[in-house]
Amino acid sequence: MNALEVNQLSVSIDGKRILNEFSLSLPKGEVHAIMGPNGTGKSTLAKALAGHESYMVESGTATMDGKNILDLEVDEISREGLFLAFQYPIEIPGVTIANFIRAALNARQPEGEDIDAVAYYKELYAQMERLGIDKKFTSRSVNEGFSGGEKKRCEILQMAMLKPAYCILDETDSGLDIDALKIVADGVNHMRSEDRGILVITHYQRLLNYIVPDRVHILWDGRIVKSGDKSLALEVEERGYDWIKERLTAGVES
Amino acid sequence: MTVNKKSEFLSEAMFDHFLERHTELPKWLVRQKKKSWAEYLDLPAPTRKMESWRFANVRDLGVDGFRLADPVRELDANSLIEQTKSIQQTAGKLVFGNDDILAEEPISAELRSKGVLFEPLQRAFTDHSEILEEFFMAQESALGSEKFTALHTALNRNGTLLFIPKNVEIELPIISHYWAQGQQTAVFPHTLVIARDNSKVTFVDVYRSAEVDAAQLACGVSTVYADPGAKVEYHYIQNWNEDSLSFNRLTTIAQRDANIRAYGLNLGSKHARSEGHTVLDGPGSKAELYSLAVAHANQEIDQRTLQSHNAPNARSDLLFKNALQNESKTIFSGLIKVAEEAQLTDAYQTNRNLLLSPTAEANSLPGLEILANDVRCSHGATTGQIDENELFYLLSRGISKPTAETLLVFGFFEEVLGKMSNDELAEFHRERVHRKFEPA
Repeated sequence: MNALEVNQLSVSIDGKRILNEFSLSLPKGEVHAIMGPNGTGKSTLAKALAGHESYMVESGTATMDGKNILDLEVDEISREGLFLAFQYPIEIPGVTIANFIRAALNARQPEGEDIDAVAYYKELYAQMERLGIDKKFTSRSVNEGFSGGEKKRCEILQMAMLKPAYCILDETDSGLDIDALKIVADGVNHMRSEDRGILVITHYQRLLNYIVPDRVHILWDGRIVKSGDKSLALEVEERGYDWIKERLTAGVES
Repeated sequence: MTVNKKSEFLSEAMFDHFLERHTELPKWLVRQKKKSWAEYLDLPAPTRKMESWRFANVRDLGVDGFRLADPVRELDANSLIEQTKSIQQTAGKLVFGNDDILAEEPISAELRSKGVLFEPLQRAFTDHSEILEEFFMAQESALGSEKFTALHTALNRNGTLLFIPKNVEIELPIISHYWAQGQQTAVFPHTLVIARDNSKVTFVDVYRSAEVDAAQLACGVSTVYADPGAKVEYHYIQNWNEDSLSFNRLTTIAQRDANIRAYGLNLGSKHARSEGHTVLDGPGSKAELYSLAVAHANQEIDQRTLQSHNAPNARSDLLFKNALQNESKTIFSGLIKVAEEAQLTDAYQTNRNLLLSPTAEANSLPGLEILANDVRCSHGATTGQIDENELFYLLSRGISKPTAETLLVFGFFEEVLGKMSNDELAEFHRERVHRKFEPA
């Protein structure tokens, strides 16, 4: 029960099926990685679980700690404890990072109650320092004019502040140089906990040198075709996705 | 319980009654009022066929059902003064209720000794008649509200005179707070700011209703004179209740190298008509004109602007942003007019509308009329909805849809709010906008 359970989930967008009876179990306390070439449904999985209305769920189930999330609105899924770190974080002109994160935290408070402002800023500054984000960023508009690395660090900052039960990191490594990658990975590693499940979606093995996963899954054509431990990621890195493709067309499944 | 006398309604018979009630008005003013009253009766009511009233719902504009305001009772006055919280750090403050002065926080003795005047018009009409006879209602209407301006001149009897002598700089804002109270009450607020050479001032007008649901008529005129080198920042916050009908005419005149910044915030009124005429009369003068409006329910906010460039090397920059909910409607009609001698003019005009509802209606009529041949001018208007990606991003952080929309509207407005030099004043604007988004 203490897991993000996805069972036989099929999802289409604009009438085209992208996820095809996809199943995954992410227990709390574990970090899983989903790897796969472009166009196999990695981002669809992330967006569909987050409740994006463009992604049509055709069949299957998705539960968090036993609770069905497919019927919930986007904001409800988040408040239930799912966090999606975006591959392409959105720029929000005129809304400061401080106000944005505070609004997200207030949304988790009982009706009519707000978080304590002093404690909030204290924690915000501490998390920013860990992620190497200048304090001045609190008064900057969300993601506006940020470099790729700054955007990704801002995603991890939100994750750290919201303390979700389950995190999905959608290609958080894309567009990062090695220094930014280390900082982001360090931020994620600090979030590893018995009370939290983390799903790292990536195209490349590189990120997994820094966020070492408990399980690695290979996504192909909308479903997981192979699972293993961290050595699977290295194998894919070495032999390429074509290796998987060849195995599949040869009818070999694991 | 007040007995509504027939003679107090805004009908032909009322004017004599008004003059009987206000024997304090000086003779020169009474003459002006009689002339204006006759003009008011003569001038035609707006029709949709008139270019300056295009798109407006002119059936909303009848004023006959409104009547002269009763004085605010002392108990109510105390409550209104109590509610007049806007900004703490001011250099002076006047509070009006139904066109009577309720409270005064005078400017400092130091400013008075330098010759600064900050006075209710009722006193100034007599005490400073040399200024008022020259400047009171000295500007013509240019944007269509002649009839309502005549009504204002006839029935106005109070307001603000702010006079800043040469080289005097006032750092903290000065504020006038106007309340309207009572069913069918008519008020006629007036602002006259005269900033002499190289002076500097920030002045704020706030317009509010004592009740949330009493239909009121507010017919106001504001005029700002910025003499050579003067720097004037002017704010008006139109927050009458949403049963009210309001007219506001703002004229700003900038002389050589003068600098005017005007910020408007339109939140209230069932039907608000707001006209802004900016005159760049001196070379090197500069005017920045900003406005924010939030319209909801079936409110109509009708804004007309004119940027008149009469002198070379001047610059004007206009940005009006509207957010519309429900069945509300906004009209923006703006014209940049560049005279033949106004070479090297820089004039810009932008109107942006954010539709938060499929049934809201934003009308935009930008225009240019250029007689000089060496100018830089542009105008643009956009109307759009909330960006789906931005909304999804906020929702994905657990923020509810109404809160997310409010945040995005604030983000949309921040382009203007962020330009305000006084933080407390910017915060006051934000607070008023926030209140509008709170569930009733």
